[in-house]
Amino acid sequence: MKKDLLGIDDLTRDEIYLVLDTAEAMREIGQRPIKKVPTLRGKTIVNLFYEPSTRTRTSFEIAEKRLSADTLNIAVATSSVLKGETLADTAMNIEAMAPDMIVLRHASSGAGHLLSRICRSRIINAGDGMHEHPTQALLDAFTIREHKKRIDGLKVTIVGDLMHSRVLRSNVLLLTKLGADVWVSGPPTLVPTGIERLGVRVSPAIDEAVTGADVIMMLRIQQERMHGAFIPSLREYFNIFGMTKARVARAKPEVIIMHPGPMNRGVEIASDVADGPYSVILEQVANGVAVRMAVLYLLAGGADAD
Amino acid sequence: MSKWILRGGRVVDPANGRDGTFDVLIDGGRIACVGRDLPIDGDIKVVDVPSGLVVCPGLIDMHVHLREPGHEHKETVATGCAAAVAGGFTAVACMPNTNPVNDNAGVTGYILTRAAEANLARVYPIGAVSRGQQGEQLADIGELKAAGCVAITDDGHPVATAMLMRRALEYSTLFNMPVIEHCEEQTLKADGVAHEGFHASALGLRGIPGEAESIMALRDIALAELTRGVLHIAHMSARQTLDAVRYGKSRGARVTCEVTPHHFILTDEMLGAPVAYDTNVKMNPPLREAADRDAMLAGIADGSVDAVATDHAPHHADEKHVEFDRAPFGITGLETAVSLCLDRLVHAGVVPLSRLVELLSVNPARILNVPGGSLAEGAPADLTILAPEMRVTISAAAMRSRSRNTPFDGWKLRGGVAATIVGGCAVYVNEQVSLQL
Repeated sequence: MKKDLLGIDDLTRDEIYLVLDTAEAMREIGQRPIKKVPTLRGKTIVNLFYEPSTRTRTSFEIAEKRLSADTLNIAVATSSVLKGETLADTAMNIEAMAPDMIVLRHASSGAGHLLSRICRSRIINAGDGMHEHPTQALLDAFTIREHKKRIDGLKVTIVGDLMHSRVLRSNVLLLTKLGADVWVSGPPTLVPTGIERLGVRVSPAIDEAVTGADVIMMLRIQQERMHGAFIPSLREYFNIFGMTKARVARAKPEVIIMHPGPMNRGVEIASDVADGPYSVILEQVANGVAVRMAVLYLLAGGADAD
Repeated sequence: MSKWILRGGRVVDPANGRDGTFDVLIDGGRIACVGRDLPIDGDIKVVDVPSGLVVCPGLIDMHVHLREPGHEHKETVATGCAAAVAGGFTAVACMPNTNPVNDNAGVTGYILTRAAEANLARVYPIGAVSRGQQGEQLADIGELKAAGCVAITDDGHPVATAMLMRRALEYSTLFNMPVIEHCEEQTLKADGVAHEGFHASALGLRGIPGEAESIMALRDIALAELTRGVLHIAHMSARQTLDAVRYGKSRGARVTCEVTPHHFILTDEMLGAPVAYDTNVKMNPPLREAADRDAMLAGIADGSVDAVATDHAPHHADEKHVEFDRAPFGITGLETAVSLCLDRLVHAGVVPLSRLVELLSVNPARILNVPGGSLAEGAPADLTILAPEMRVTISAAAMRSRSRNTPFDGWKLRGGVAATIVGGCAVYVNEQVSLQL
């Protein structure tokens, strides 16, 4: 593995499978009465979060603790950022205390790349702006593989705000690397220019896009997109792109429905779909811990760290 | 050394139809005579020009930011002028987006005083179109002219409204000053930080389409036609803008344009590699795609492009050492332009050397109505001596500019500057050449 995990391009196909296979073993740890192994004992991991996050931060923290790492959470509201310190200075100060890894969540695309150039610690990107969220894509792949036993050749349809989504970019890179047939659908105002060059089929016609899908992945629509005139109203968005039972019926009978959260019920997804039999949304959350344990373990040196 | 002669160099002086071996006699800071085998009497100092070097009228960078007053941590008039002469420029025209804005004679006079103290390159201040560059009320353009400004612009931003632009184009004809426009439809640019295209999409950077530039260029060209005013389009980057300029010229509008070296060399591919999110490839207008870059080269080759200017935009390292979307736009250009132009335009066969001299000297002088661009008898002895075969490795650390924000650090190029002469005095001599100036 490379020093850092900034995006899916940092991983080869074999390394992606290694993460997924390792996550299988890690999941077993979470099912034990004492959910803790000494693997990362003595390692210090800083969770540096410049954006509010419940799911991802909690997931990383649980993963770190199950591996016995010493963890430290720095949230923006309590940090010196408010006193005008730059990201580079904050990073150098943290670096001076010699952590082993920094898990970074930041609103600017490429923030992890900046840290990577400054820090000797390993950097794990936990979401940078509109760029990537690689551990989300890994846990999504883990969840898909668990249900479908493969990823190669599956039709995966991703629907929603494609432009502003880091989950989209990481998933597209990972799923195309593993041979899935990836379709994306959303309002033309929210489709990034040139996205087809990443090897996806772009179809604004959602009914076509979901037809025969093995996996439907919904992306969150943020309220503020209405102010940017990307969409006229949340109501209209739901009518045209919302995932309803009728749309799900166009997919394969054993389709799974995914969502990275946080979910807006009645905006991008109907409640009866989110809570319905095809939904694997909570499994994604559960798998997130195992996949992040695998990433932390492998970046720390894998078997060498034991 | 009031009377001296540059003997035996290749002189490229397109304004006077010269390209060949000539002697240049300089007397009292002016060109006294250009001819073959000029007689040498006793008190003339003779400077032999080594073979391979080229003597041309002094280069003029018509678009630089000297940052003074107000942003002296980035650049001062003195450091900017030192960078200019080291880069082969005998004159620069500096943008008014200082603090305070150059919208009155006081600021213009301050800049000119600083330039006189530096006593290196000539400095031609460009005044603001609108008071405080606020886009509301015209600045006192007659006062700016009288104080020494050669053009007006709200650079950094476009002239805010069509009506204000109309007035500026009309009013400035009183003073024979061009209006220089930073073309950008700001609602379309919005909070974009990079060219809208595949690379920005893949990196999750907000895009700025080429049309943000061309729409404003089309507005201004229409207004130039309406008013018969004189319009100059700054730092053109998009192929659509070049089409707009060609359209305007074909209709007889008084419009000219400039292109920067980075826009005819680099593309938005640099956003991701070799260094992902390098803030030294963040500038406004942004690096565009290969089709745009190729269009700029075609426009340079076919004469649609009038000038090459650097948009020298120094920023302190601290300001650039941040997240990509938080970094200021701009790169330095004064000390890289000549090598880039010789390598990528002349040696690459895009234009002959004489055309490059037009782009960097003759045309900027003509557009700004300033002396220079010609080695005619009586013209100021502003000369640049080029070394087209010199092997140059760009070194940001060795630059005279106070700032180091260049994407060209470490580039190996063919072509450099041998010496820079302003008013008959050598203000820069490259230590790699044997010129006894």
